[in-house]
Amino acid sequence: MISRILAAAAAEGEALPNPLIPAVYDIVWSSVVFVVLLTFFWFKVLPGFKKMLDERAKAIEGRLAEAEAAQRSAEERTAFIEAEQAKLRSESSSIREEARSEGAAILAEMKAQAAAEAERLQQTVKNSLEAEREVAQRVLRAEIGELAIELASRIVGQKLQEDAVANKVVDDFISELEGKRA
Amino acid sequence: MKLFSALTLFAAEEGGFHPPSIMEFYPEIVAFEGTPFAINRIMMIRLIVLAVLLVLFYFWTRSFKKAVRTGNVVPGRFQLLGEMALNFVRKSIAHDQLGEKDGERFLPLLTTIFFMVLGMNITGIIPFANIAASSVVGLPMVLAAVAYVTFIYAGMRKHGVKFFSNALFPAGVPKPFYALVTPIEFLSTFILRPVTLALRLLMNMIAGHLLLVLCFSATHFFFFQADGFFKLFGAGTLLFGFAFTVFEILVSVLQAYVFTLLTTVYIQLALADEH
Repeated sequence: MISRILAAAAAEGEALPNPLIPAVYDIVWSSVVFVVLLTFFWFKVLPGFKKMLDERAKAIEGRLAEAEAAQRSAEERTAFIEAEQAKLRSESSSIREEARSEGAAILAEMKAQAAAEAERLQQTVKNSLEAEREVAQRVLRAEIGELAIELASRIVGQKLQEDAVANKVVDDFISELEGKRA
Repeated sequence: MKLFSALTLFAAEEGGFHPPSIMEFYPEIVAFEGTPFAINRIMMIRLIVLAVLLVLFYFWTRSFKKAVRTGNVVPGRFQLLGEMALNFVRKSIAHDQLGEKDGERFLPLLTTIFFMVLGMNITGIIPFANIAASSVVGLPMVLAAVAYVTFIYAGMRKHGVKFFSNALFPAGVPKPFYALVTPIEFLSTFILRPVTLALRLLMNMIAGHLLLVLCFSATHFFFFQADGFFKLFGAGTLLFGFAFTVFEILVSVLQAYVFTLLTTVYIQLALADEH
């Protein structure tokens, strides 16, 4: 197609340049443009571009590492808190257990003490009653002896006189006794 | 092509239509005429493209630097665009073909080739430029020469002189066949590669430009010089012009990609241990 277009164009009869043979200035300006662009890309654009990509990769990696570290420390803290909680829980339960057993022991001791006290009181009362009874017995025994002797001596003395008198003596004695008692 | 013959017929008959000619690519010299630094419209476009590329990538470099300085890892829209452009060559071309190590080694060259070809191609559809700065043979030729020198350098650097014997006498071929294979290998590797690189780009850009000129000058002719019924043809040619403009954007990018990719593949073949 090109050749036909060119042929058609050539038909106009001008002395046409061959499009495949470059003019010197054409080569010169092409080379100038190429060299300038190559230098520009090589030493200016691409180093900056690569540096930016490297920095970005580094920054993203850094942030990832940061996030990972934060995650790890958070996990550690959580584990620590959980362990602490478990420790506290077991401690509190053991304290409760201890308190309960201690309370029970105190209760038992109190009960035992109270029982001992009661027994002791009972014993004391019993002892004192016993002692009083003994004293009373002793006193009564002595008095009764005397009285019996006295009565006997009176009975013997009065018998001889009359029974009535004797009865009277006994009655008198008893009333006397009663008077003494009172 | 029929359309074109028809148009030349028109031109012959009425004298009002000027078909595009090869002289499109040789505008008059405006400065330094006769010296090696002569400047015409196309050379000027090249220098403007160079300036635009320098400014654009300068700003991108600055935004990269700023990102490094501020430790910002989230690029803005402008910076992201630059990253995508540079990463396209870096990842999709250099790293894919050459691996990371060799890819980084040849990256400056490949990046330069890609953005230079792309920038020079795209002026074909930029208003007021309207011609690809790569549609004159010098630029494709220089770039093809650079690619040629680079892949030979890469091969020599890695394999020494054995690079040439590897390339010309491929392993695993029975000896008598070398009489046949070696000339073919020589032709394809050391002659056709640079020639096809340069011609593919040059011809794509020349053809694209001629097509666009044809469509739009025909539109102009139909609208302003043809009579009555023929004016309607102008709508058709305008539509074609629009379609080819879009197509030329695709071709510009594609040719830049193809040129860079082929250069990379040639380097990769030169570096490969076995041919």
